[in-house]
Amino acid sequence: MIDNPLGRVLIRVYVVIFFAYLFVPLVIMGGAALNDTKFPSVYPWVGLTGRWFVDLWNDGRMWTSTRNTVLVALAVVAISLPVGTAAAMVINSLRGRSRSFLYGVMVAPILTPGIVIGISTLLFWNKLDVPAGLHLSTLGQCSFIIAYVMLLVLARLQSFDPGLEEAALDLGASNLQVMRRIVLPYLYPAIGAAGVIAFFQSVENYNITLFTRGTADTLTVYVGSKIRTGITPTMNALALILILLTVMGAVAYEISRRRAERQARQETAEREALELIAQRTGELTA
Amino acid sequence: MGELTRRYGLTLAWGMVGLTAFWLVILVALPYLLMFEFSLRPYLTVDKIGGPEDIYTLKNYVTLFSNTIHFGVFLRTIVASAFVTALCLVVCYPMAFFLAKIVNPKDAATLFLLLLIPFWVNEILRSFAWFIILSYQGPLNAALVGIGLIERPIRWLTGGNGVIVGLVYTYLLFMLLPIYNSVQSLDSNQIEAAEDLGAPLWRTHWRVVIPHAKPGIASGCVMVFMLSAGSIIVPSLLGSPGTRWFTEIIQQWFFEGQDWNQGSAYAFLLLILCTGFVMLMMRLLNVRLTDIAK
Repeated sequence: MIDNPLGRVLIRVYVVIFFAYLFVPLVIMGGAALNDTKFPSVYPWVGLTGRWFVDLWNDGRMWTSTRNTVLVALAVVAISLPVGTAAAMVINSLRGRSRSFLYGVMVAPILTPGIVIGISTLLFWNKLDVPAGLHLSTLGQCSFIIAYVMLLVLARLQSFDPGLEEAALDLGASNLQVMRRIVLPYLYPAIGAAGVIAFFQSVENYNITLFTRGTADTLTVYVGSKIRTGITPTMNALALILILLTVMGAVAYEISRRRAERQARQETAEREALELIAQRTGELTA
Repeated sequence: MGELTRRYGLTLAWGMVGLTAFWLVILVALPYLLMFEFSLRPYLTVDKIGGPEDIYTLKNYVTLFSNTIHFGVFLRTIVASAFVTALCLVVCYPMAFFLAKIVNPKDAATLFLLLLIPFWVNEILRSFAWFIILSYQGPLNAALVGIGLIERPIRWLTGGNGVIVGLVYTYLLFMLLPIYNSVQSLDSNQIEAAEDLGAPLWRTHWRVVIPHAKPGIASGCVMVFMLSAGSIIVPSLLGSPGTRWFTEIIQQWFFEGQDWNQGSAYAFLLLILCTGFVMLMMRLLNVRLTDIAK
């Protein structure tokens, strides 16, 4: 699409700079985890050390907050998947004005700053005499994560053929059976993807959690308070671990994707060969 | 409701409506309304609640406009967030086009995976990385002095520059993904046709690609603006005392002033600001809400 050589060079330079911009900060942050200085930095390089990892391992608060983060994320997934799926089905059955109105209401939490969701959740439950804590963080996070689940499920629901439901009903299936055997299995890929996204959205969340957590810590709140007050390279050690986990996940995903692709290509080739043989045999016998 | 009952039966239909109502009423609408109600009340000590001073008032909203410091911070937050949004758009548009239309799809999948890596790493740690880079004795100053570009280290983190850099880095992907999605759905033949008819590069983009990508551009801008204006951690880490962010003032009302009523009014203004920006983008780019949130 781009023909002149200068254009090609410029694009290449731009892409390289773009990726460098994304990754150099991560390398510097990760590198600082291995440098033996009290203030995290890669320059000047004092010496290689593993002590920040040992400090991190011995940090009890880090472990508690990690456990809290996982518990909240699991609770968020458990609530947001059924509610988001139900909401997608509700909106999918509406048409016209009522549909666009409800759609607007449903996507509003995505377009709302987290600090507003956090504050409103805190005030509302405070009014009902429910004290702040991780349960409120869970509910606050759900209010916008459900919207993501709804959007993902709705996208798949729109390509669903309602004729299948009718056929099953005509053949004597109950409504519950139709739901369990026909509709939900069709939605599972979307629900699965939504579950992963919901989990990580919850883990990432800072703004809502900050206002609703009470005195409990989650990992993001803990990291946030650490880097604001007592900066130590243990946070870089944590960052390096997270980066490496992500990279490993990405590599594993890429390998499995390429393998699936190769397999698909191979199967197509085999099928084509078989078809060719069948065709030739047909010609010979005719 | 009619179609829902017909398709899924009465029990399931009511179940679905119940769950949806739980979400939209208990988790969304009532908390927002209560926050608004809170913002209209004065801050009173416990013994005065229910007394003659406990009336609805706009006092909490007037505070913002009469307090020049707070109002200045509010305006600066708007301008800086808009600037971050524009910067993200300029940086991401070519990349989105490159991934969607220039590189072959197989490599694009790999590049995408690479792009996602920084974004699986926590938002706070992403801004922390820039804190290290931009610190006075950090690697950036060392490198610039080392190659002789500057004579002495620069204090990058005074003034608002650090916040801008950090916000762009932290929320870049929220611009890239929607634009990529919308460019990708454009038929490549249209681009080739424009080129065959002799359109220069910029005109092909201005007349063919960008009009098609409008929903993605609107979506990216709305997300980046909202996340930037509502960011708590990036300004508090990369900002300086002289350049505070509006969220920091809200936080101050809540955690230091303990004046939840005043804090609610400020939070509500932030909500109005973001809603206003959504409407502005919808009008400017002529797209609907269903195009923005997909």
